[in-house]
Amino acid sequence: MKLAFEVNGERRTVETSPWKRLLDVLREDLRLTGTKEGCGEGECGACTVELDGEVVNSCLVAAGQCDGRRIVTVEGLARGGVLHAVQRQLVACGGAQCGICTPGIAVCAAHVVDRGLIAGCDDATARAKIRDLLAGNICRCTGYQLIVDAVIAAAREVAPGTEGAR
Amino acid sequence: MTAYLRPRDLDEALAARAAHPDWMVLAGATDLMVNANHRAAPTGILDLWRLAPICFVRAADGEIAIGAGATWLEVERDAAVCTHLAPLAAAAREIGALQIQARATLGGNVGTSSPVGDSLPVLLALDAELEVASVRGRRRVPYREWCTGYRTTRLAADELIVAAHLPLPGPTTRTVWRKVGTRRAQSISKVMGAAAITLDGDVVIDARVALGAIADRPVRIAAVEAAVRGQRLADAAHAARAAVGPAIQPIDDVRSTASYRREVAENLVARFFHGMMQRADR
Repeated sequence: MKLAFEVNGERRTVETSPWKRLLDVLREDLRLTGTKEGCGEGECGACTVELDGEVVNSCLVAAGQCDGRRIVTVEGLARGGVLHAVQRQLVACGGAQCGICTPGIAVCAAHVVDRGLIAGCDDATARAKIRDLLAGNICRCTGYQLIVDAVIAAAREVAPGTEGAR
Repeated sequence: MTAYLRPRDLDEALAARAAHPDWMVLAGATDLMVNANHRAAPTGILDLWRLAPICFVRAADGEIAIGAGATWLEVERDAAVCTHLAPLAAAAREIGALQIQARATLGGNVGTSSPVGDSLPVLLALDAELEVASVRGRRRVPYREWCTGYRTTRLAADELIVAAHLPLPGPTTRTVWRKVGTRRAQSISKVMGAAAITLDGDVVIDARVALGAIADRPVRIAAVEAAVRGQRLADAAHAARAAVGPAIQPIDDVRSTASYRREVAENLVARFFHGMMQRADR
């Protein structure tokens, strides 16, 4: 089928099977290889993207379901060559190591920060909420502490609802 | 090539379901697309994701109706569900994690009918009724009659699930839900359960107790319900613990052992009644 959808603000069209995974459409058809495959079972969150404003595992989205929808991948977080606050803070705080989980974590964390999901929380509550909201993004390197630090630091930079520093 | 249809309304969906009973009915796809590249492609996909007539959470007439297409994120964020159906909100928050809750639907949980479907014991404990439809018309099925075996249900080949109707618990009925797994997020339950317990002071007038992951389908535990009726809460907890063991058939599998599941199920059910003690005192 012919698929027409918006990816990172651009209108894209792809000829594909409706059963193909969104993950594979992004990586193979659109060459957006920032989105990684971890488990292929919806357990690890490495392939997280935004679909119509909610975070989803792109390995569990059928291409047909994306027709007319709006997708944001890790490539869409930076604007005009400026990294999103969570990307800058993941770098600054050392919240990335091998890097496989990082794109999914960046997308999920940007969603958390931009939607103001931890806005107005005291530090302890915000940290607990971040661990809950990012529970579907598994990292086997960092032990999560530095990732949580990065999201906290990014949230401090970003006023809620403003789509961050972009 | 796999055929694909995204119906514009329920009538078109039902006509397609009748015409193509072999097509995969897909919504959030969080179960059906697991390892999709290692599965045979379906003949066709009937895509119900975001089909407006089944995407709602609505409180009216002494019940809350939840459309089959509503996601668990929509359920857990609904104020009426949080206030009146707390166990359902609690179960929704522990289904997978954010990415899964944003896609997985009530209809998917009910249609897949896995013995570890986290919302299913809640539907039993809250005595939900399912509304299903086909080109032949609509009908209601009490959820306690829905599951017929391992992943099998009363849904006919031409039917679609439209909604679940949940009566609001009365003022003297307390509800509870609890899941035991390796980890709160993502992990598949070892044992989980829900209860709706109607009290007169600290005496149990009536109880609906349901467990998941301890049989081939989610089940009400009639022996526990009978054992606690008329008992004070402290005695009910002991009676419930004693009654649950013979009534369940847990298995050994990759996630746990039958003996562990049995012990946890006993503790869980006892705790449902113990937990009410402090609350009943208030």
